[in-house]
Amino acid sequence: MIDQFTPPTRRQLLTMIGKAGGAAALYQAMTVMGHAKDSQFTGPPQLSGAKPGATVLVLGAGLAGMLAAYELTKAGYKVQILEFQGRAGGRNYTVRGGDTIAEIGSKQNVTFAPGNYLNPGPWRIPYHHRTVLHYCKELGVQLEPFLQINHNALIHSKKAFGGAPQPYRELMVDWKGHVSELLAKSLDAGALDTAVTAEDKAKLMEAMRGWGVLDKDMRYTKSDHVGEQRGWERPPGGGINGAPIPNDPSSLTETLNSGVWQTLGFYAEHVMQTTMFQPKGGMDHIGKGFAAKVGKLIRYNTRVTKIAQDDRGVTAAWTDTKTGATGETHADWMVCTIPAPVLNQIDFQVSAEKKAAIRALPYGNSVKIGLEMKRRFWETDHAIYGGISFTDQAISLVSYPSAGCFTDGPAVLLGAYPFGPGAYMLAGMTPEKRIQTALEQGSVFHPKEYKAEFLSGATVAWNRMPWILGCCATWTEESRAAHYQNLVSMEGRIVLAGEHCSYYGCWQEGALLSSLDAITRLHQRASAA
Amino acid sequence: MTGKIRGAVLALAGVTLATAASLATPGFAQDRPGPGGATVEVSTEGQEVYEQICQACHMADAKGGGEPGAMIPALAGNANLADKDYPIIVVMKGRGGMPWFNGVLTKEQIAAVITYVRGHFNDYHDPVSVADIDRIVAANPPVPECNTCGH
Repeated sequence: MIDQFTPPTRRQLLTMIGKAGGAAALYQAMTVMGHAKDSQFTGPPQLSGAKPGATVLVLGAGLAGMLAAYELTKAGYKVQILEFQGRAGGRNYTVRGGDTIAEIGSKQNVTFAPGNYLNPGPWRIPYHHRTVLHYCKELGVQLEPFLQINHNALIHSKKAFGGAPQPYRELMVDWKGHVSELLAKSLDAGALDTAVTAEDKAKLMEAMRGWGVLDKDMRYTKSDHVGEQRGWERPPGGGINGAPIPNDPSSLTETLNSGVWQTLGFYAEHVMQTTMFQPKGGMDHIGKGFAAKVGKLIRYNTRVTKIAQDDRGVTAAWTDTKTGATGETHADWMVCTIPAPVLNQIDFQVSAEKKAAIRALPYGNSVKIGLEMKRRFWETDHAIYGGISFTDQAISLVSYPSAGCFTDGPAVLLGAYPFGPGAYMLAGMTPEKRIQTALEQGSVFHPKEYKAEFLSGATVAWNRMPWILGCCATWTEESRAAHYQNLVSMEGRIVLAGEHCSYYGCWQEGALLSSLDAITRLHQRASAA
Repeated sequence: MTGKIRGAVLALAGVTLATAASLATPGFAQDRPGPGGATVEVSTEGQEVYEQICQACHMADAKGGGEPGAMIPALAGNANLADKDYPIIVVMKGRGGMPWFNGVLTKEQIAAVITYVRGHFNDYHDPVSVADIDRIVAANPPVPECNTCGH
């Protein structure tokens, strides 16, 4: 059998390791082989052999709940889902023309043109969020690149350049130029001679000269080489005036005041690195993909009022928010994905420790505002194709659409996405005032066009969404230490899932990883029972 | 009168009542706007703090909202506010879905807004001072255990 002497392929080897040692061993092996380091995802769970007739009740038809229902159904469980809203998806949500947005205290009718949309919740998927990407593939959700970094987008600080926004490209190049010059000066003056060897010092000087684009005197000054990075006063052309003319770098002080180092740091974070993706046509195609599989299991408009369990099973009491009818649903097991701000108000039969964990989990707030403009002036007039312009005002940023570049007709900008104080300020306004404020503040980037081209807006303040009362869980090191394990532990016949039950807070990846972990433990317990 | 958030964070650096994490810079690896919004200024005047921060959830009339089982508590006509320590603890430490504002607002801002809410939306007119907040910080009491406070 010659086959025995052929080295196994990597896939064969991983399959063998997976069979022999389970998911943890597989993950470890994949990590050693240079794969999967950046996600705990090792593939869909291999659950099978549910006891005949075993039932699971899932509370919440967001991504965590629908993934649980999808995989548990495949494993042989009979699953039902109760959902507070009239739609599936939870925070996986897209608004389009014809939709209404019902916040506590207000209602909006969205009038975007066909094809235009706002993703009020998640809007980008890092390349290493393998669980989300896996299920997008499995569910047939088409992905396209999300344009995360745009060097020609702008940075605005009230404290820098007299409040005039500057291209990220220029600030980034000036930042490394000034830092390089200062390090070179320190090295040259011998200030670091006790910290670096002579050999490293020589390499550093070489590196600063190249990386910082310093001149022969190790200074960051106007030059063609600098122009090749930060752009030109007169760009290269043809014929008699073909020679480019560089422009003047900004001063160290103005570069510091711009805070560009924060933008550099932000883009350096693993979850903000490229490649980034988005579903074509709106984030809710992921929720729709799951709903196509498990939608028939969902009872909509169903507000859970009480959750109980005993030796034999679980019971959720509920009220139909449309008819007022009340009822109870029984099952053997439960996956509860109700967000903590709502769950802590429900009569919930779990231990004091788990209740304390649920109560100790506040949700941060966020607001998004979509602004539909008559035309893509950021592209046609400013050569900005996708990406993000940052501001220190309450709106925090303006993000340009990744899809549909070079098309005519109306397009939707993300006109605000703050957390923290800016989010509270905007959330406290009526939707109309929010949109007006976003137009005022965003005009700093595009004063000529921003208000003139505006057609309509739509906004979601997460703290005013009646089914969640917040954006996503806010953990601290202290609250993790005190409560995290108590929150995620399976207690009796009930296990919690959702982004709040993960270390990937506020990401769909966290919701899905949490769900996979929860149903794996549920299946183990159900199989042992 | 305005106080910058960054200043507020520095000013509260010595306060240890609740955890130090600021909601302006949300936690580990979460999706967030990035460096924007850094210099958003919150007023030091009670009514303006209410309008800029609190009414996002508690609404302009302080009557809260939502449906039974998913409520934002009313602050207007809220008997829990009779004891001024109660709102100080809740604002400093958070409770349930409500985040803490220690590290987000200054002690002056917190005193001013609680004084406003107790006096304007309720009939409790004794002012809350920074000394009251310092007293609570020193005593470090637990968050009150009332699952439906204010509902």
